[in-house]
This record gives sequence, C-alpha cells and structure tokens, in this order.
Amino acid sequence: MTAELNVVGQSVDRSDGVGHVTGRTVYTADHLFPATLHLKMVRSPLHHARIRGIDLSEAMRVPGFVRALTAKDVPHNRYTILGLIGVEPEEEFVLAEDRVRFKGEAIVAVVAETEAAALEAVAKVRLDLEELPAVFDVEEALKPDAPIVTHWGNNTFMYEGHPCRRVRLGDVEAAFAQADLIVEGVYNTSPIEHAPIETTGCIAVPEANGRYTVYTNTQALYFSLDNTSIILQVPGNRLHFVGGTVGGGFGGKVDVIVEPIATLAAMLTNRPVRFWYSRSEEMQVSSTRSAWRIYLKDGVTKDGRISARKVTSYADCGAYSRQTPYALTKHAANAAGPYAIPNVSIDAYCVYTNRQPSSAMRGFGVAMASFALEVQMDKIAERVGVDPWTIRFINAYRNGDMKPHRKLAEDATLIETMQAAARLVGHELPEEFRTMTSAPRGASHGEDR
Amino acid sequence: MASTIVTFELGDRVVEVMVAPMTTLQSVLRNQLGSLATKDGCRQGGCGSCTVLVDGEPMMSCLLPVEDVAGRRVATLETITPAQGLHPIQQSFIDHDGFQCGYCTPGMVMVSKALLDHDPSPTEDDVTLALAGNICRCTGYQPIIRAVGAAAQAIRANDGEVAR
Repeated sequence: MTAELNVVGQSVDRSDGVGHVTGRTVYTADHLFPATLHLKMVRSPLHHARIRGIDLSEAMRVPGFVRALTAKDVPHNRYTILGLIGVEPEEEFVLAEDRVRFKGEAIVAVVAETEAAALEAVAKVRLDLEELPAVFDVEEALKPDAPIVTHWGNNTFMYEGHPCRRVRLGDVEAAFAQADLIVEGVYNTSPIEHAPIETTGCIAVPEANGRYTVYTNTQALYFSLDNTSIILQVPGNRLHFVGGTVGGGFGGKVDVIVEPIATLAAMLTNRPVRFWYSRSEEMQVSSTRSAWRIYLKDGVTKDGRISARKVTSYADCGAYSRQTPYALTKHAANAAGPYAIPNVSIDAYCVYTNRQPSSAMRGFGVAMASFALEVQMDKIAERVGVDPWTIRFINAYRNGDMKPHRKLAEDATLIETMQAAARLVGHELPEEFRTMTSAPRGASHGEDR
Repeated sequence: MASTIVTFELGDRVVEVMVAPMTTLQSVLRNQLGSLATKDGCRQGGCGSCTVLVDGEPMMSCLLPVEDVAGRRVATLETITPAQGLHPIQQSFIDHDGFQCGYCTPGMVMVSKALLDHDPSPTEDDVTLALAGNICRCTGYQPIIRAVGAAAQAIRANDGEVAR
C-alpha cells in the first residue's frame, strides 16, 4: 500500500518564514504603547553583602522619576519557580530584603518616564552595604567553615531530607575490589549563558476592566502567569499573559524574572510598564546553565566491561537554585550513561555559591553528564587497549536492561545509532558490532553478559 | 542641549524627525518611525540585528547617532521588501532555512544585500566575512551561508534584476 505523502519527504515552508524574512514577525519588544513607563533595576555591586540602608532621595529628584519599589512593596516577596509543583523551601527574593547573595541581585526597581531617566535615577540610588565573605566553588561551599549562602543554614538543596540526590544499584565497593582496572576522572564545566539575541523582557499594561495584559517573551507562559499571581497575591483571572514568537530562548526564558515586578509597577502607577534586560543584564544577571564538577570512578574488567560506576556530581546552582534542583534529578537519573552497568552509586549535590543563579538550559543536567561520561569512556578504552567504538558497543544497554534508577530500558537505540554513525563517517565495524541489536539479551542473537 | 531636526531618506520617502542629541538611528526607526524590522539585541554593536544600509553600506543603527545620517539614504528590511513578493535574498532564506527564531534575520538579510549589491559572485569566504558581525544563536550559520550563496546565483541567473 503506497499512500501519497504530502509532508513526509517533502520540503515544507515554515508558516512563520515570510514574517521572519520581511521583519513582519511581531516579537514582544515590538508591542509599543503610548505613555509607557520604563523600569530599571538597582543591582548589588557585591557578591555577598548585608543591606544596611537604601537612600532614594537623590534618585527621586531626577526629572522623569515616577517611583521606586523595594521589597516591602512586593505582596509576597518570594520567587520559587518550582513551588508550582510543591518544591520547597521558598528561597529567592523578588527584591532583596536584608542580604544580597550575588553580584547583580535586584534591590530596588526604579520606574521613570523614559529609559534614560530610569537609568539616571538607578545611578543615584545610594546603597549602604556591608560586604560579607563570599564562596565561589562547590567544594569550598561544602566545607564546615564556608560562608552560608542560603537562609536555612547549609549550602545544599535538600532532597527529601538528604543533602544530595542518591541512586544505588548493586554494590560498587565489592565490584571495585574484584575489578581488573580502576579508571578515575574529574570533569568540570563552566556556567553557560544562553545569550539569546532578543534579551528577556516584558510590558505590563493596565486595562480598563481591571485586568493586566502582560506581553512577555517567556518560554513558559503559565509558569509566568502562575508565579506572578502568587507573588502579587492576585487571582490569575486578573492577569492576561500574551506570549508569541520568542527571539531565542534555549531554556533561558523559563524563569519568571521580569513579569511580576513589571506588573506590580503597572498596578501601582496605572500605566504601561516596560522592563527589558540590557545585554549586560542578560549576560551577567539572567540564569546560566550551572557549572558542574563530576567525579567518576569505574571498575572495569580486562576485556572492557564496566562492572561498577561511582559518580559524585556537584552542580553550582549559584545564589538561587531556580530550576537546577530539577536538572540535577534528571542528571542523577542519567549519570551512569546509556550503558548496562550492574553496580552503580550516584551522589549528586545541588550546591549554593555566591555566583549568578543557574536554571534551565537545553539538555538540562544531562548534557554535562554526557560530556564527562563520554570522555571517561574514551579514557577507559585507552586503558583497556580497545578502540572507542568497541568500549561503547560492549557496554551499550539493551531493551530490558535495568537502569540504576530502576527503570527498564525501553526503545534503546544506542547500538543502532552508533551503527548509523559508523556508516556516515565511513568507519567499518567488525561483524559482531554490525550485527548487534538492542533486542533484549538472550533473545535472537543469544549474546549475554 | 536642545533637540534638533534631522532629515534623511528612508527608502523612497524623505523623513524629518526631532531628536535629542545622541539619539540613535535604531531608536528613531523603532520608536518614532515604527520601523520594527530593525531589531534591538545589544545596543553595543555586538550582534548585528539592527543592521541597516546607509548609502548602501551596512551599519549598526544602535551605534549611529541619527545626526550622522542627515541627508543620506537609509534602507531597512521594510524598504527593500518589494510591494509584491519577496527579494531573492528573502526567498532564499526561506528556501534554505536560514533562520529559526528569526530575530537576527533582518540584520542578516541587510548585510547580505549590501554584499550582493557590491559583489554579485561572492566566494563562501566572502559571505562568511560579510556576515562576521552578525550573531545567530539558532542555526549554526551554515544554512544562512547557503542561503546567501543561492541568492547570489538566483540574482545572476536573472541578469542581476531584482524585482522592486
């Protein structure tokens, strides 16, 4: 039976293509409203400090100054994006209260008639800050004498009462004792900024019916609406959120950073308020992918089978964890890699430091695990004396294999993907790998371990 | 300092704007003239999304005081878009998937137009060099480079004629 296919196998124009090439696509920043006020943020110049005082007197004399907002103006001054799914505790402040925990943390929102006036007023707000010791390294942050970043007394996110997310399968220590080789490695990644060409921003517009229309380039419209509703303590039906074409996100626009404060400013002034990140804010203040440090210890047989893998991971979530605790859970589920390893132990820590907060970015905790694991696999191959293909084929998981987090592997395609990759790069695989499949062990090919 | 009146050509019309000193061409285009195809990505001359043509040369409008274009010809993505249909460069960006989010596309099309107006047969290196000031975070650039090369071919095949 051959059906006529209209889309599969055809080149289909994107529905937004003409808009993009003619400049007619409307991005959030392209919504312009008369009498719009501009919001700019006074930010901490220090990595960690106690706030002793805020002096607005000079700022208020700037022509065009309309008003300033501080923590006491925010009805529920806590921002905890994962609070929507019951994650506790509430940790971040919409505007800082007694302490700032990273360089760039928002302290005072200034609203003015023009951007220039807002910037001038921001420059004239006088902060009285007492600098505190800061910590910038995950393992330093876990030492007993480290400065404490959080308000609950230690520097780790707590997973059901534990300082780390733990995964256990079999007995790694017993397997290490019997292994022919032990291969260890430590892998570090840097924080990465998504750097969308369109920076983060929104415009909140008071409507005649008492509602607020919020035009935003969020990637997560309902996260934005719900968090704004919680922070402002107004029912969701007074908020009308309008999304649209996002000028690049990559996970960086999943946090709800601009909407609550812009909407509050619109409520307090009864004017449209635009809060748009400058490029510097996008780079230095918006969430990054967290920095990671991953320790791997593998027990390996002399023919290259990995019998045990121990993973200790630290995600540097920065001063506030945002979506990193969730990224870390995904990391822990994937930290042994797509390999069938009978003994696994994973401890993954989400650690607070005085760095820029981290959050979602494509790959979400898994990309860094893959980086560490695949470099480690090459290292194992070298130690065993086989090529990088061999080490992966002989350890690849198959359908029906038990993964460390107690899920059976389903729809495994690692073997078939590697076979396709080998064909594409013109690498000739030996017969045993060419004919290998992801079928359950003991099935058609009868190959078992 | 007092505001001044600046007159320049925008496409085929003459525009007159009143501006405070050091107002950028980008700000005038977006906030006074409604030319929203000219994007705002960094205001530092770093991303190229605000690129327009001034007397045929690509310039980043975020760094250009509007006084500097007094009496000169400015082209934006709107002014080079034909009344009917698309410029061959625009069509080629669609045909070769030269965008994902589209935010850098106006700047990409403008620098490509400046390149092809000067040199109808650029090498791939010429294209890469012409695009070097424009950042795209989605595509990895290869589809854009292919789109510009194919647009050059399409324009040459039509004896250099571009519908207007």
